[in-house]
Amino acid sequence: MSLTRQDVEKIAHLARLSITEQQMPAYVTSLSNIVDFVAELSSIDTGQVLPMAHPLEGQSQRLRADEVSEADQHVKYQVNAPEVQAGLYVVPRVIE
Amino acid sequence: MSEWETVIGLEIHAQLATRSKIFSAAATAYGAPPNTQASLVDLAYPGVLPVLNAEVVRMAVKFGLAIGAQVARRSVFARKNYFYPDLPKGYQISQYELPVVGRGKIQVMLEDGSRKTIGITRAHLEEDAGKSLHEGLANASGIDLNRAGTPLLEIVSEPDMRSAKEAVAYMKKIHTLVRYLNICDGNMQEGSFRCDANVSVRILGQEKFGTRAEIKNLNSFRFVEKAINYEVARQIDLLESGAKVFQETRLYDSDKNETRSMRSKEEANDYRYFPDPDLLPVEINEHYIQAVKNTLPELPDDKAARFARDFGLSTYDAGVLSTSRDLGDYFEAIVNPAGVVPPLAGAVPPAAVNTEYAKLAANWVMGELSSALNREALDISAARVTAVALNGLLLRIVDQTISGKIAKEVFGAMWLHGQSADSIIALQGLTQITDTSTIEGVVDTVIAANPKQLADYRAGKDKLFGFFVGQVMKVTEGKANPGQLNELLKAKLARSESGGA
Repeated sequence: MSLTRQDVEKIAHLARLSITEQQMPAYVTSLSNIVDFVAELSSIDTGQVLPMAHPLEGQSQRLRADEVSEADQHVKYQVNAPEVQAGLYVVPRVIE
Repeated sequence: MSEWETVIGLEIHAQLATRSKIFSAAATAYGAPPNTQASLVDLAYPGVLPVLNAEVVRMAVKFGLAIGAQVARRSVFARKNYFYPDLPKGYQISQYELPVVGRGKIQVMLEDGSRKTIGITRAHLEEDAGKSLHEGLANASGIDLNRAGTPLLEIVSEPDMRSAKEAVAYMKKIHTLVRYLNICDGNMQEGSFRCDANVSVRILGQEKFGTRAEIKNLNSFRFVEKAINYEVARQIDLLESGAKVFQETRLYDSDKNETRSMRSKEEANDYRYFPDPDLLPVEINEHYIQAVKNTLPELPDDKAARFARDFGLSTYDAGVLSTSRDLGDYFEAIVNPAGVVPPLAGAVPPAAVNTEYAKLAANWVMGELSSALNREALDISAARVTAVALNGLLLRIVDQTISGKIAKEVFGAMWLHGQSADSIIALQGLTQITDTSTIEGVVDTVIAANPKQLADYRAGKDKLFGFFVGQVMKVTEGKANPGQLNELLKAKLARSESGGA
């Protein structure tokens, strides 16, 4: 088992996922299986291989001109929000 | 008790002055109604893709070149993962392992006039988050995502500063630089320029750094200084009482002048950065870098050096006058109109480079003009007395039409009414009296009218000299040439003295 129960609890917390006591063993097993599967790659010697951030070798980021072309459509966009007040998205209180 | 040393590093966030956002074509204008400048990309709707703004890259490269840093030929955007309501995607697009600007440095001038080089570790591009508002909503927060996706250049310094004052000097220097480069408006009230301070203390001479606390979101030079000083005192108190400093994020409360722990940030320190699969590496070639280099303006240090060399200014004056391009241009338009584009017609100073005149101009720009601007919180570009008009006034001091004291009154009138110095001098009859016999006449009258003061002066009350000056100025409505008056008075009083003995 490459992942411990504590590892999975931490990952779940960081991802804001709630996992019940009953579900936990299954998550520990299946997540470990995924990690172990990928870990097979470690058996290959990659000492001479440069890390690759993207599979699109030889391509670089296209840039766009600094122009404003988006119109205000917030009323349309906010239809999907659970609650809106005075143009603001309303969420449970967050304060430092 | 041991002696403590403060160690400070700053992370400055400069909002890049683009029209559109870093990854979307929504506007970045400040103060728009909530969410009217948040596009689908900024709102993290499914299926959208970020497209990088070319201007943002150009500005970052400009900054890199200005601090003599290595500009990365290849830089990579990464996702910084955390949850907060003002971050709809659940991650911020930033740069992590391969930032666009590498190691550089900048020189700051300290209060005692000495210079210190501060290392800059890196500068990377990232997007800003939205804003949470808490007023007027019961048990809820309102989210405005207009700011989400606004381009930021985060400038990370080395832990090279040793006092709050040094940190402020460094921050001011970066502030000056980004405005010179025209890449950030530097407006701190609007949050366009703000910083986080990493502060720790260690026993003087100790090599290892102490545990640091990070103070978030300082948006004024004054707050940076106060927050750091508070934090240093807090940490020293802790250590001297045998307790420990925890590595944590703290918030500065300017109302109470204290820092306090931001508990919510503590668990979020595991950001799980990884390269953003939505964005390809940014590649910058030599040709591009050279093209950007060609657009660099004269930089603050170069301008200050030139002012000191060409106009004979002190290092301090040259430094102050080069804190902004506009201020430098204003000064130069007075001293050397031909050197400024566009050339200013009709305002020719007595000599092309007259260091005495330059000193006079420097004093006026840093004195009367700056206080008038400060009183009304105006920028130099909005000065009610133009450089041409101020030059007109200074020429009247030089040719002795008016005294420096009267000139201040004339300046006040120019500021209020927008008239030229000459018309105010003519209108109010302020022309200085430089005719010796006229001044002599007044001096004689004043001496004759004040026999008691005269006797006291002769008895050794030197301070009464000022009384006589005042009386003559009262009669002449301040128009007597002060130099001539002083000489005449001294001569007359001295003559009586020796004659009477």
